Amino acid sequence: MSKIQRLVLGRLALGLLTLFAVSLLMFAGLEFLPGDLAQQILGQSATPDTVAAFRAELGLDQPPHIRYLDWLGGVARGDLGNSLASGRPVTDLIGPRLANTLFLAGYAAAIAVPLAVGLGLMAALWRNTAFDRGANLGALSAISMPEFFVAYLLILFLSIKAGLFPTLARIDMASGPVDALHATFLPALTLILVVVAHMMRMTRAAIINVLASPYIEMARLKGVSRRRVILVHALPNALAPIVNVVALNLAYLIVGVVVVEVVFSYPGLGQLLVDAVSSRDLPIVQAVGLVFAAVYITLNVLADIASMIANPRLRHGS
Amino acid sequence: MGNLLTIRGLALEAGPRRSPTRLLRGIDLDLDRGEVLGLVGESGAGKSTAGLAAMGHVRDGVRVAAGSVEFDGQDLLRLPRGRLRRLHGRHLSYVAQSAAASFNPAHRLIDQVTEAPRLHRVASRKAAQADAVALFSQMHLPDPGGIGARYPHQVSGGQLQRAMTAMAMTCRPGLIVFDEPTTALDVTTQIEVLGAIRDAVEEHGTAAIYISHDLAVVAQMADRICVMKDGLVVETAPTRTMLDAPREDYTRSLWSVRSFRRPEAEAPAPEPLLEGRGVTAAYGRVRVLHGLDFAFARGRTTAVVGESGSGKSTLARVLAGLLPPEAGEVVWGGEPMEMRLARRGSGTLRHVQMIYQSADTALNPRHAIRRILSRPVRRFTGRRGAALEARVGELMDQVELDRALLDRRPGELSGGQKQRVGIARALAAEPEFVICDEVTSALDQLVAEGILRLLVGLQRELGLTFMFITHDLAVVEAIAHHVIVLENGRIVEQGGRDDIFERPRHPYTRRLLASVPRMDPDWLDRARTRDLQPHA
Repeated sequence: MSKIQRLVLGRLALGLLTLFAVSLLMFAGLEFLPGDLAQQILGQSATPDTVAAFRAELGLDQPPHIRYLDWLGGVARGDLGNSLASGRPVTDLIGPRLANTLFLAGYAAAIAVPLAVGLGLMAALWRNTAFDRGANLGALSAISMPEFFVAYLLILFLSIKAGLFPTLARIDMASGPVDALHATFLPALTLILVVVAHMMRMTRAAIINVLASPYIEMARLKGVSRRRVILVHALPNALAPIVNVVALNLAYLIVGVVVVEVVFSYPGLGQLLVDAVSSRDLPIVQAVGLVFAAVYITLNVLADIASMIANPRLRHGS
Repeated sequence: MGNLLTIRGLALEAGPRRSPTRLLRGIDLDLDRGEVLGLVGESGAGKSTAGLAAMGHVRDGVRVAAGSVEFDGQDLLRLPRGRLRRLHGRHLSYVAQSAAASFNPAHRLIDQVTEAPRLHRVASRKAAQADAVALFSQMHLPDPGGIGARYPHQVSGGQLQRAMTAMAMTCRPGLIVFDEPTTALDVTTQIEVLGAIRDAVEEHGTAAIYISHDLAVVAQMADRICVMKDGLVVETAPTRTMLDAPREDYTRSLWSVRSFRRPEAEAPAPEPLLEGRGVTAAYGRVRVLHGLDFAFARGRTTAVVGESGSGKSTLARVLAGLLPPEAGEVVWGGEPMEMRLARRGSGTLRHVQMIYQSADTALNPRHAIRRILSRPVRRFTGRRGAALEARVGELMDQVELDRALLDRRPGELSGGQKQRVGIARALAAEPEFVICDEVTSALDQLVAEGILRLLVGLQRELGLTFMFITHDLAVVEAIAHHVIVLENGRIVEQGGRDDIFERPRHPYTRRLLASVPRMDPDWLDRARTRDLQPHA
């Protein structure tokens, strides 16, 4: 087995271990929530017998480690339990919401990542020019405003005043992809404005950091154009930090969009989580938490693996 | 005029416009077609700046204050950027000091070597690759057909340096600037690279500017030598004239700097302070030292020499307690020595001190010198208050530094002053055994000589035992009593300095000694005819 294969496998194993640790923490956290779940759901007027029966039905009379192992076993079989509120299987509730969230995140990412990396490269190429300052200023202004504020501004101008886009992002795949993209444009744009600055500035910084290397001076002295210096000589050596910041922002697009979903009443995972927390629907809270953790860990592991593969020292041993 | 390059009144400056730092203060240089000009001087003399300016290139933050650089009839400093770019790599090319840092780690060698001919449309990809292979073989690179497929980290430093010279040759430029191309190499590698560079320059009739701080190296390469100091040209003359009859005092001082010798006639070697038997050490599974037997005589200097990778620094790490050996024992004054740093008592910690190669990185840039010296004094000798203050002052006197510098930070000191602070910090513990790791390698020759004199004086005064790690055999000859020659983690030879230098027995020692450039323009020819089998 080559060095890089060992490293990649090690990183994957570490990711799984992290996911396991997160599931444990999450379970313990919910365990420490104050109050008795069965009592709360049934209300104050329930008789102790009813409460006890309900506890037995939910399995709450079992010791915590048994319940954790039960739950973990269910997860491994793809069974996340049933919702306490509706009694329907959690997987049925989460499935369409996850698809919606991934759709919105993918929509935003497909525009934001190329835009941010492109702007970052151009800012590095023309650094300390008006373009560089303008791009930095614009990106920083966008990130400095809270996302709900950006969302309301966009609604005010693009929806209410200009009437270009709907205020509510009701998604209906049946009416075709163009309609779906149109309906979700405002939440996607909000997310783009929030994530571009971070990725752009990191790209610019990573490239400028590499530009100080002797091999960049060497490339210039070979008569290589500035654009080629940035794209061919600097970018491959700056990939690791760029990939990492991109992964971080992709993860944010999936797990951090609760506010945007609420503003546009978009039926995504974040909304589901908020509703489940307020109705104490613990199986859903646990399941959504696990999905978020898995997304976060997977993207970070992928970024790590991509940086390893981008490094010729690891790709080709000496 | 057949002049290829004419530099007139060139002045470059950096920093604020009101009080600029003047890097070049009006220099004139001329170069004929096919001629090799050597640029010599200490660091800060402006050699590299002048070399780059000869290509019309000034680094970011540097401004042209006055003067012109005329190459083939065009003033490079006034050309539009696009026109200059078409000259770079095509008619003007550059070979940098560190090939390892100057090759892009992300691309294969062949793609980098053929980039200039492809961009300048001198040759098709295929033709450029065939030409690169021919140049590789001319530079005596092993496996010229296959080496291009490798990445820079898969190729040794000496081979990279030759590949970079091949890269500079690909468009058959009129002028190549070599900026200290062999400074980072071991002597035995240096000799091969020097030979390859000279052959290539001669064969293609390329004019070159060869920059080096090492006169002996420049003497092998250059037709004419130009000595620079503080951004000015001190004198220029044909190589032989310059070596035999330098006119200026400064040039003569550069020439004589290697004359320092430790005064002779010392008593026969006393008992050893520290003895190692069968010392074996490894990094992980890679064994680096193989059963070394050695002794360091009390109050003497033992030099450990060898090429990079020979295990010199590993031995220092073992003795300093940073890398516990796998096997073998070390005896200190008759007692076994604790080899794990964490278990060493304060006595042992105090008695073994280190001086590092780069005082720049070994001193905390945010601490004043007073703080840097006070800490070890307090820690090891328990002095407080006035006694501490007095001791710190005394340390400054011992290393011949003005006490007024105590309130400065390392960044405000010169390289030589910083190294003296490094020495004072080692002395603060009142040690017996001092490990000096390449302490003069980063310094100019005049400054290095001052440091060597200081160390010899301190040894006589304080009875210190030095372990002196260096790749510079001239330094060894100057100050060592005893020499240990390491090759691939084994001691191939050890003995008194004169025995080693005058009657070397092991072939490796002989090769090492023969590879040290001499101040004689014919040295390279003789050294190569004597010993021209490729070792790379």
